Amino acid sequence: MADSALPTGDNTLLRETTPLRDISGLERFLGPENYRILRGLLKTPASILGFILIALFIFIALAAPLIAPPLTPDDPYKIPRDGFTSEPRPMMSDWTRNAPPLPFWWKPIMKTDHWVHILGTSQGQYDVFYGIVWGTRTAFRTGFIVVIATFLIGIIVGSVSAYYGGAVDNIIMRVVDVFLTLPFILAALILAAVLTPKIGRSLIPSIIALITFGWMGYARVIRSDILSVKERDFIMAARVIGVKDSQILFRHIIPNAIFPTLVLASLGIGDVVLTFAALSFLGIGVNVGYADWGQVLSFARNWITSLNMYWYIIVWPGLTLTLFVMGWNLVGDALRDVLDPRMRGKT
Amino acid sequence: MSADNDILLRVEDLVMHFPIYRGVIQRQVGAVHAVDGISFDVRRGETLGLVGESGCGKSTTGRTILQLYKPTAGHVYFDGSDLIALKREEMRWMRREMQMIFQDPYASLNPRMTVEQIIGEPLMVHNVGTRNEIRERVEHLLELVKLNPSFASRYPHEFSGGQRQRIGIARALALQPSFIVCDEPISALDVSIQAQVINLLQELQQQFNLTYLFIAHDLSVVRHISKRVAVMYLGVIVELAERKDLYSNPLHPYSQALLSAVPVPDPVIETQRKRVILEGDVPSPVNPPSGCRFRTRCPIAEAICAQERPEFRELKSGHFVACHFAERFVQ
Repeated sequence: MADSALPTGDNTLLRETTPLRDISGLERFLGPENYRILRGLLKTPASILGFILIALFIFIALAAPLIAPPLTPDDPYKIPRDGFTSEPRPMMSDWTRNAPPLPFWWKPIMKTDHWVHILGTSQGQYDVFYGIVWGTRTAFRTGFIVVIATFLIGIIVGSVSAYYGGAVDNIIMRVVDVFLTLPFILAALILAAVLTPKIGRSLIPSIIALITFGWMGYARVIRSDILSVKERDFIMAARVIGVKDSQILFRHIIPNAIFPTLVLASLGIGDVVLTFAALSFLGIGVNVGYADWGQVLSFARNWITSLNMYWYIIVWPGLTLTLFVMGWNLVGDALRDVLDPRMRGKT
Repeated sequence: MSADNDILLRVEDLVMHFPIYRGVIQRQVGAVHAVDGISFDVRRGETLGLVGESGCGKSTTGRTILQLYKPTAGHVYFDGSDLIALKREEMRWMRREMQMIFQDPYASLNPRMTVEQIIGEPLMVHNVGTRNEIRERVEHLLELVKLNPSFASRYPHEFSGGQRQRIGIARALALQPSFIVCDEPISALDVSIQAQVINLLQELQQQFNLTYLFIAHDLSVVRHISKRVAVMYLGVIVELAERKDLYSNPLHPYSQALLSAVPVPDPVIETQRKRVILEGDVPSPVNPPSGCRFRTRCPIAEAICAQERPEFRELKSGHFVACHFAERFVQ
């Protein structure tokens, strides 16, 4: 067909045009689907609030050394403590000993050289402010590590299951079912508790436990989406063309099937951080004094009966955790709405 | 059927049963007899029309020929080589020669790929040319199907149904195949667009000496484009003949009923002509009738029809029919 000229005859079709929309460079770059998703995400007030919250937490995490300069730069996650007495001290009370360095913004704003416990101290004189600021990093680390790991495991397991089908699919999905029958927190708690003496107190036991019992949702969702995309005509078209099976999976099936799983992942970050805090609250995982929201909350355990006096030791870490989870949930919800096929064309 | 050079594609006793699994241990409880032993030839450069009602196995036939399904039995010879015996990689290579145009222009293009990626993909997977060469070739192909080459960077959702179908045609042409299965390529389009696409297909056929297997349920379209026509009913071909023969003298009662349903654009003839109206529904392909598949609805069925499957025989030169009593219709 090399030197084929246009077929002679009328070329009216060349002139026939459907009204094509003007398209911005960004849309051209992202592709229509991704652009639509982005636009939808930036449209609702709830999702914008979600993004603002997440951005705020990202800022806190990145700027932690500036917001709350650590007392021990080698081990910044160690919450500095002002003594060893048990009774919490109120907000804005002075540091009496072991005061960490003043942050650069303190003096210009407060006109004083005294570094105070902005949010008070909790039981054991752990500084709540430091716990929250450095705990943000812990939250992001655990959240991202667990979600990325469970997401990848889920995608691989779900894809294999959907791709091979038949007996393989059946066996894999029954294994998923078995995992799903285990009560999540209890299972994670037991595994983390068993692992802690073996590998020492750190973030790792809880992370492993959360990964082990957290991947099934992703596997199920991606599997069902792959099964439905697989039946669409353009997959058959790719086979007719002679595209290799692996390329069909990676170039045609997964890009069209992955979004619902991404929604789940964005909702999952808040969930993971919440569960991690719960484990930490129960005393599993990190060393006492490690900056982690669950840990800060656990300091308040003995003062639950007198929270009218010491409310700040539970309200601030609790609020932080709530806002963090809420941020991810708002974004996840918005993502889900945008990807809902019934919403197509409305945004 | 002789084995001369004239024949590009030969289908022999092709059977495609889809198993039905039930229960926990996925026991096979039955099968959908989608295609149940069909044989035909497609000659070089011709268009063979394949007609029949929904669910009769037309599309399955097309897909099985292209080895998109692994046939239960039978052979498909393309240019002399048995496609069923080919290894995976050999078949992938063979696909350069045989392509397909799909029914639904909305579903058959990946919504996340640009037109250039869609049409260029066959070239890419078969390593035809560099990135720039592929780009040029895509533009050329777009011109060939009468689309503006500057549309290459757009996405499928920006086009109308007819335009998308032409993108699908350009993709099918990209590898310069000799054989194309057109699986109801126009039935999802507006009537005004159908003619454009049909004419385009015919032009391209002449230009590149293409061979079409044209699957459709619209008898007038098939009449327009086909050289020979095969009529399918419930997984079997009941009649196969030159277009002229079939339309003027259908020998199978099913073909007669089908053709009598085509309206004639002449009110005088239309009011006078006799229509054959079939009773009942198409039986389930899971449990097809014994003997002749059509006997449950056939106006002339007799006892033998339930016992013996009628042979697919050549009653007149080039006119094949599978009916015990077809002789009485020969004119």
